[in-house]
This record gives sequence, structure tokens and C-alpha cells, in this order.
Amino acid sequence: MSFSGLTVQLLNGLADASALFLLAAGLSLIFGVTRIVNFAHGSLYMLGAYVAWSLTERLSSVAGFWISMLLAALAVGALGATIELVLLRRMYRAPDLSQLLATFALTLIARDAALYLWGPEDLLGPRAPGLSGSVVILGRLFPQYNLLLIAIGPVVLIALRTLLAQTRWGVLVRAATQDREMVGALGVNQSILFTTVFALGAFLAGLGGALQLPREPASAGIDIAAIGDAFVVVVVGGMGSMPGAFIAALLICEIKALCIALGDWTTPFGLTIAFPHFTLVAEFAVMAVVLVLRPWGLLGRQQETARASAASTAPFTPAGSLTKWGAAIALAAVALLPFLVGGDSYILVLSIDICVGILFAASLHFIMGPGGMHSFGHAAYFGLGAYASALALRRADIPMELALALSPLGGALGALAFGWFCVRLSGVYLSMLTLAFGQIVWSIVYQWDAITGGSNGLIGIWPSARLASKSAYFHLTLALSVAGALLLRRILFSPFGYALRATRDSPLRSGAIGIDVRRIQWAAFIIAGTVCGLAGGLFAFSKGSISPETISVGRSVDGLVMVLLGGVETLSGPIVGAASYIVLQDVISRHMQYWRAALGMFMLLLVMAFPGGIVGALRHRFTRT
Amino acid sequence: MTLLAIDNLTKVFGGVRAVDGVSFSLEAGELLAMIGPNGAGKSTCFNMVNGQLAPDSGRIVLAGVDIGGLPPHDIWRRGVGRTFQVAATFSSMKAIENVQMALISRQSRIGRLWKPAARYAREEAQALLRRVGMAEQAERPCGVLAYGDVKRVELAIALAGAPKLLLMDEPTAGMAPGERNALMALTREIAHDSGVGVLFTEHSMDVVFGYADRIIVLARGRLIAQGDPRGVRNDPRVREVYFDARHRVIGASE
Repeated sequence: MSFSGLTVQLLNGLADASALFLLAAGLSLIFGVTRIVNFAHGSLYMLGAYVAWSLTERLSSVAGFWISMLLAALAVGALGATIELVLLRRMYRAPDLSQLLATFALTLIARDAALYLWGPEDLLGPRAPGLSGSVVILGRLFPQYNLLLIAIGPVVLIALRTLLAQTRWGVLVRAATQDREMVGALGVNQSILFTTVFALGAFLAGLGGALQLPREPASAGIDIAAIGDAFVVVVVGGMGSMPGAFIAALLICEIKALCIALGDWTTPFGLTIAFPHFTLVAEFAVMAVVLVLRPWGLLGRQQETARASAASTAPFTPAGSLTKWGAAIALAAVALLPFLVGGDSYILVLSIDICVGILFAASLHFIMGPGGMHSFGHAAYFGLGAYASALALRRADIPMELALALSPLGGALGALAFGWFCVRLSGVYLSMLTLAFGQIVWSIVYQWDAITGGSNGLIGIWPSARLASKSAYFHLTLALSVAGALLLRRILFSPFGYALRATRDSPLRSGAIGIDVRRIQWAAFIIAGTVCGLAGGLFAFSKGSISPETISVGRSVDGLVMVLLGGVETLSGPIVGAASYIVLQDVISRHMQYWRAALGMFMLLLVMAFPGGIVGALRHRFTRT
Repeated sequence: MTLLAIDNLTKVFGGVRAVDGVSFSLEAGELLAMIGPNGAGKSTCFNMVNGQLAPDSGRIVLAGVDIGGLPPHDIWRRGVGRTFQVAATFSSMKAIENVQMALISRQSRIGRLWKPAARYAREEAQALLRRVGMAEQAERPCGVLAYGDVKRVELAIALAGAPKLLLMDEPTAGMAPGERNALMALTREIAHDSGVGVLFTEHSMDVVFGYADRIIVLARGRLIAQGDPRGVRNDPRVREVYFDARHRVIGASE
């Protein structure tokens, strides 16, 4: 590899870092002050690109281009302020997870809004006037526009630093980042502070999206990719730290640039390592390393714990005999389903999906509810289970039953490795690390063509002859998911389950009565991973195939939605949540063109009206304590 | 018999020597009060003895074994029970379940996955709650109990580990005067009858001088005096520290 090639790649890395910083800075600022993890930040970025495209279409002069960029950012900033005023303002006292669900609902709505307004095609923006050419650097061409981007990052960083350091508003923002309650107690109007912070964060996201337009087309898919990248940068840099976000963006982009510059490298033993393949994993690998070494990010500080402790959850009560009989009768009725609807009915297909969903959601609930560890990457264990089965069947010709039995093992091994890292962190940082591991699994599956079939996945994963009929497979899935869910429930009532809850309620007290907090949490990860792996295996055989798409971050979020929909503080929540979410998704997606937006609206309604989930709301309605 | 021997214990935060070369010892069955103005290093001392913090230097010898720097769960297993300045209990569990957890842990059955936890050691847990006067409220979740009651449950939890040494950080803070005396009388009874060593901090001087067998005084991280209540009360250095500290506080509020 030549020196000039490396230099140009590193310069490209600088330009990418600037773009990434713009995206992440707003997210970090918003989190720092409002403590809201804004999933919709990627959508604001996407909208910035779309609005900029529309404006440049109309204002095609030289000045028009730059005005369009600015106007797009301002429009997105105004949208951000509106979102804060209309929606988030009502949610600052809600549990973190409801806020997350609400902002995720916004991404669904924004995605469909973009589809409705701008259509499904990628929209290529104009080149930046005056900067459309290239300069020659060390004999290689380098786009002029990238030089502008390289400059913009530091300029925005300095502007933000000045704003935060020199103005009264900035002082309040920094104070709120350190101690929100104290700022409120000192009589600062938090409403205005939060709205302006949200508007500024949205403005930065919109600007980032707009400025990206000359480099890559606006499309509806960039939101999720953008939010993933932004999360990583914010976490690596330290939540709420602007310079941290800048350094993190630089670190990640330069490592990626280096991977590209290195190209394929053949070891002396003839093995070829394709470094460009590492770019997908690079940022998540950086994040995993940083979080283990510096749990609060490069320049982050340990978060102070909120003084107003959340309303404590009620103790578990074992099911009464009435509930037990009711559940047994309901289960028997469900088992008769194939005889009622016929062996080829679509209802059976849907029911299999529901059973898989229940197992998936119950395993996530296990670490999320009683464990208090909010995993954003539960798809990892699902995927490892699914691929363990699929690979055993396709590559090793192991019989289907045995291959399915390997799926829990796949999930367990993943949780064994990832859990060890995750339990060293807590709160948002833990969530982000689980997200990183989920993405790492996804990237490996996506890239490792020779084994996993890459983006096409693996096909021909069908059950053995005696399980081939829909009704037989339905019965298998039903039996295993009921067994799995009951097992998890049993464990939650056992000493281990209580110990897990103890680590959530008070790590301090747990340690002081001899509970090794990390070990209990790690074991919980492994148990959840095992059950989740089984869900993955059942899923693969029910579809006949498995692909990276089915184990992407979308599945992790589905799991979160199921658990929250049912109610995270209830034991039957994940079951009710999974069933209703899958049915809802199915009904809406079959009958409506813009089903994502409809689902998003529904989710918003739900978190506003029933913050405790379906089961929580029912319990509240029917019990008086 | 010397139960706990602290030797030249030191902990530095940034440039502040929060605990600076402190040495003292505690006999089995003795009630030792640790007093001192705010910021004297009392809680830091406690946190090192129970493993929340690792000492920078010095030794913490419990029954002949140096336990300095071990994690809290290890130290608990060696016989150290603790109550916290802000009571720490499991708020989503009933009072009795809180005590049962500690008993299950003592029996090394935390890892059991099958038999419901509620069936473990119920009688013993109930007996412990009775001892601290919480038997009637055994079935109520800790999250809804009054603060004084939570503190009593916390004591029951700490006793469930059958400790040799009991660390109590402001055991009576937030309690009514009658409750305070009942709790301290109980603590003294436990110490004297079962030979448990009790190290406690307390801001209420009535409690300290009414119940402690011996008192040690910290100021700015250093041990400045120790002895029986009468001796400490008359010690000029102690008077100076307390008088001086009060004086400065009054000055600051003006």
C-alpha cells in the first residue's frame, strides 16, 4: 500500500468523522440534558437530507444551495422543537423505556412519512456549487467537498464549546447535564431549556443530513444506519461530552479508513485477510473495547443516580389455582387450533410466529424486567441459535431434531461471551454494549459468505419428515415455547430469580449479603441467551431459511416493543405483548400501505395511555390495593 | 478477644486524605461508636471494612485474617453484616423475603433454580423479624414501609448472616426517639449476649453516650481520641473539634 493512498484514505476518514460528529453531537447534547435516548435522531438526520434535496431542487442557484442546507437544518430543528413540545414533554417522568419506545415509534412514522412525501427511490442531490471538483493531493484526486467537511466538524465543535462555555444558556445546559434536579430546584425554567436543547440537537442532525446530500443520496434506509453510528460515537465519547463525541468520531472513522487502505493482506501462510470487511465491525469493536476499559466512555463521567427513585415494583405473587386452571384450559384450546382452522391455515403460520415471539420476548424480559438490564441486542442470541441450527443441518448434515437442540447452545455460548462484558456496565452504557454485540454478530454473519451465505443467508432449512406438516410443527413450537416460558417463570420464583431481582433492586445490599452481583447477572444473561437461542432455532425451521436481515437490530427492537407492550413489570407481560404485537403487525401490514406509521401511532398512543403495558393496565383496572 | 483490628488505614480521593492512618480495634461483644463531624471519614472507613472501597494502604484484620480489598460479598461470607446510612433493602420484595434472601445466601443456595425461594428458611426469617419488632409487617413490600421500619428490616437482614461483626452506619437516623432507644437496646442485647462486635456511627449524641461501650473520634480523616464515653466527653481535643466545627457552620450560614 502506498503512502499517498494511505494519506488520501485518512483524509477521507477526517471528512467522515466530521459528518459523524455532526450527527452524534446533537444526540449527545439531548441525552446529556434530558436523559432521553433519542432513537428518532437518525430520522431527523434522514429528514434533513430529504428536505435539503427538495429545497435544492427549487433553489438551484449557487447561493440557493447553501441557503437550502441551512433552511433544511432549521426546518428539522423546528420539527425537533415541535416533537419535544407535543410529545416528549409529557414523558420526562415516564420510565426510560417508554421514552425509548416513543422515540422509536417516531422513527416508524418518519420512515413512512418520507416514503409518502419523497417516494421509495434514492434521491441523488446536486454537487455543491464551487466544490464539485477535486484537488490533487500527493498525485491522487481528492474531492473538494470533503475538504469543506473536514473543516466543518471542528468549526461546529468550537461553536458548540463557545456556546456552552460563554452563554448563560450554555451554563444552564452544562449544569443540567451534571444535575438536572438541582437546576430545577434552583428555579430554572426547565421546559424552555429542554425545548431549546432538543431544537439545537435536531438542528445539528438536520445539518448533518443536509451536508451529506452531495456525497450520498437521500433514502429511507439511512435513519437506522445513522442512529446506530451515532449511538456508538456518543457512547465511546462519553454521554453528554462534545469533545468526547468528536474524538470518538475521529477514532472510529480513521480506523475504518485504515481498514480500507490496508486492503487485502495475505499472511505468509497463504491466508488472506480482507481488511475492508472489518469496517462494518470496526466501530462496534472500538466501542466494546472502550467500554470495558473506560465504562463511561473516553471523556464521560459516571452518571449520578436520580434521587427520585422510580416507583418500586410490586412483589411477585405465585399464580393462584384459578389462574393455573385458566391457563391450562387456554393452552389446551390453543393446542386444538390445527383441528379447528385446518392444517394449511395461515392462522397456524401466524400462531407459530407468536410462539417463537413469546419465547423470544420472555427471554428478553428475564434480563430486562427482573434483571433490570435493558438489552438492545437480544437479536444476537436469536441469530446465534438460528445459525447454529441452520449450519448444523446444512453444513454438517446433522439430523433436524439434533440441529434444533443445538440452537440453545448457540445462544448460550453467545451470552457467555457477551454477557461477561455487559455485566461490567449498567444503565444506558450496558444497553449500548448489548447493541454493539448484536451488530457484531450481524456483521459477521453478513460478511462471512463462505460459511453463513452472507446477505443471502441459508435456505432449505426444513424440519424432518415427521415434523414437516404445519400442525406438527405448530405443536412442537407450542410445546417448546410453553416449556421455555414456564421454566423462566419457575426460575424467577427460585432463589436465583430472587437474587437476580435483588441485584436490580439494590446492588449495594446484594453485595452486603454475599450475592456476587456480576456473577448472578452473567448467569442470567446465559439463561436468557439459551432460551432465546431456542427461539431462533424454531424460527429458522419454521421459515425454511435464515438471513442476516432477520437477526438485525430491527428484531432486537421488536423484542423490546413486545416486552414493553405487555408490561415489563409483569410476568405474563411478555406473553401478552408478543402475541398482540405480532397479530397487530400482521393485521396492519396486510391491510395498510403505510403500516409502519400506523404501528408507530399505535405505539405512541399506548405509551401515553398505558405506560405500564397491557397487563399493567389491566391489573391496575381490576385490582384495588 | 480482638475481633477487628484496623491498622494504619488510609484512603485518598484526589488530593483529599479521607481516611489518614487510622488504627483502632474492636473486641467481640463490644459496642464501639465512631463519631466525628461531617466529612471526618466515618463512611469511608465503613466502606473499606465492608469492601465497597479498597484501602490505599493499611490493614483490616478480621478474626486474624486481612480482609482489606476483598469484594463485599466475600467479606460478608467472613462474617461482616452491614446496615447503610440510607437503608438499602430490596424494595420489590416483602420484608420477610428480604430476610429470606440473606438466609438463602448464608446457606449458599443462591444458585438454586427450582424450589420457590419463598419456601426457604421461612421460620428463621420470621423469628428475625420478630426480634426487630417487624413480625406484623412481614408480608408487606419493603417499598411501601415507613423509613424507620425499613431500617429495622435492614437490621434483620444484617443479622441473618449470623455476623461476627456488625457495621451500622447511622442506625437510628430517621427514627422517632422511642424507636431509637428500642433499636439501640436491642443492638446492645445482641452484642452482649451473642458476642457480636458492633461498630456504629451516629449523629445523635444521646444514642452514642447512652449505648456505646467505647468511642473513637475521627476528624478530617484522623483518629483524634478514643476511650470510654466519660473520657471522650471530657477530652479537650474532642471538644475543640466539635465546638470548632459547629462554630464554622454557624459562621457560614450568616
